Amino acid sequence: MSSFLEIENLATGFQTERGLVRAVDGVSFELEKGKTLGVVGESGCGKTVTAMSIVDLLPKPSGEVLEGSIRFNGGELVGAGQERMQQLRGNEIGVIFQEPMAALNPVHRIGRQIAEALKLHQEMESRQALQKAVELLDLVGIPVPERRVLEYPHQLSGGMRQRVMIAIALCCEPDLLIADEPTTALDVTVQAQILNLISRMQDDLGMAVMLITHDLGVIAEQCDEVVVMYAGRIVERAPVEELFANPRHAYTRGLLASIPRLESERKSELRTIPGQVAAIQDFVDGCRFCQRMERGGTLTRTRPAYEKVSPGHFLERCPECAK
Amino acid sequence: MSEEDNITGNAPHVNESTLLEVEDLKMHFPVRGGVFSRQVGAVRAVDGVSLSIGRGETLGLVGESGCGKSTLGKAIVRLLNPTGGSVRFKGSDITHMWQRQLRPLRQDFQMVFQDPAESLDARMSVGELVAEPMVIQRMGNREQRRERVAELLDRVGLPRSAAQKFSFEFSGGQRQRIGIARALAVNPDLLVLDEPVSALDVSVQSQVLNLLMELQRDLGLSYLFIAHDLAVVKHVSDRIAVMYLGKIVEMTGADELYRNPRHAYTKALIEAIPVSDPSQRRDHEPLEGEVPSPINPPPGCAFGHRVSAPGYEESIGMDISLKEIEPGHWISDCPCCVSVQPAAGIIVS
Repeated sequence: MSSFLEIENLATGFQTERGLVRAVDGVSFELEKGKTLGVVGESGCGKTVTAMSIVDLLPKPSGEVLEGSIRFNGGELVGAGQERMQQLRGNEIGVIFQEPMAALNPVHRIGRQIAEALKLHQEMESRQALQKAVELLDLVGIPVPERRVLEYPHQLSGGMRQRVMIAIALCCEPDLLIADEPTTALDVTVQAQILNLISRMQDDLGMAVMLITHDLGVIAEQCDEVVVMYAGRIVERAPVEELFANPRHAYTRGLLASIPRLESERKSELRTIPGQVAAIQDFVDGCRFCQRMERGGTLTRTRPAYEKVSPGHFLERCPECAK
Repeated sequence: MSEEDNITGNAPHVNESTLLEVEDLKMHFPVRGGVFSRQVGAVRAVDGVSLSIGRGETLGLVGESGCGKSTLGKAIVRLLNPTGGSVRFKGSDITHMWQRQLRPLRQDFQMVFQDPAESLDARMSVGELVAEPMVIQRMGNREQRRERVAELLDRVGLPRSAAQKFSFEFSGGQRQRIGIARALAVNPDLLVLDEPVSALDVSVQSQVLNLLMELQRDLGLSYLFIAHDLAVVKHVSDRIAVMYLGKIVEMTGADELYRNPRHAYTKALIEAIPVSDPSQRRDHEPLEGEVPSPINPPPGCAFGHRVSAPGYEESIGMDISLKEIEPGHWISDCPCCVSVQPAAGIIVS
């Protein structure tokens, strides 16, 4: 099966008071059908902006795709036009956001919000769509779904709301599910339920999943392939076993070393990554991790090449960070 | 916990080095309804919790959201007025003290909140924020306070120039350092840390955790460390209490809890932690259901009810209290959730 999502050299920028900032700066990756791609990185690294560029949900008018291409199922999405994007969102691509309370409409009943997508994309009748909404809620594990469709979002718990979001995202059986930190606001137990649910749906529908998270544990359990982003760029990309067993970029190594693990010695000093990510308007052209490490010279002036180092393993080859 | 237990003083782990003793603490919030807003029920957010913290010790407190762990933290530092039970700090009972009596004692226990962006006043400079607790406690004069602020900023790894800036000029990790400096200003013995690193990115999280561990070593601080990330809690804690629907269900040494969890809920929580190693991927059935409502809790064991445990019926009407099954290992004495055989006793390899 060939890649059905191909992103090439994507750059997305925002107009700010201080001029144009490039939140995503030349990002390329592919995703195959049925696979799960994890995107990790710290806040502000551009992982959400990358995802929102795909479905054209960038805040307008300040945000826009500056260059590059996004090919989905053989068609180009950059500059595809409102009509095509509307047909795509919720139909071919489902999206789940981190905070379901912000994504659900507080004044409409749950059932109506699910039925809306069905009526729009599948041209169902109201009755039929509501019936389907009940089935979907049952499918995502919500007890007494025929009563829940009549409730409002505030009447549900966080885990239940996220299930409703998943039901909406999956109602039209999309080819791709973009899940942006779907479990970050949830407890570990509910997180396990939601991730299990996503895997099950993936098996049933054969869809691909782009899972954005900062939790390396979730990545390890859930993904086939991982993209590590830092300051708007991909610094490393590899199959999940390869990335955890053989991380090559200093940032990836730092991330993996800094998480406390159950088996590590209590109260021992944790490894840290010194410094912090530069402010977006101060990003250098060269290696941005070198910028954090306060290394100067050519390292921070010329952009390192992003190349394949072994099958499936790509690396930003900064002479200092990827020795 | 029964009345008799209270009288005989059944708080776990009490000895002369104990800093904080909490006994049968209850924090109920009234639920009002009807035309005259009469009390029609109560949210039993904290419902009979006993614990203690020794000098220089970290007690981790874990549980799902809504289990009452933050409410417990706030009731302990008297940001809330407990409904019942007692909180003793350095031997004196602070449970029902008036705020004026309490104020001089407050410098000994301070709280650090999860979201430093929301807990720090954006109109005050960092210097003013860090100095404020000293002003309230009437510590030193202006000059001495200024010096102490500089010292504290050094201590938490911020530049001295930070004192002139505002908190919003800093990143999340730095803001949490400001929150810690502010809590340390009055030389406390105990810090109640409510999800101190949950809002931070991993690389910054480890920096703040290292700082907290270093401060504890150097200053002999005690921590009540409230969090939902079990790997983080295990890393920093000496002992851990697991809370479920307003009650502690298991409490023991941190290593012991992970090596030999005895309560079904503790086991389920540990099971649910994602393992950061793709070669160890497991196929487990996640724990179903959610924490029940504390307004109308099930009649028997709350966790047994959630998972429909076979022995649940037995627990109805029972007084489920904490029992010490091994020295230092406390567990709620419930027929449906506790494995009689220790797990390690079966698997000998």
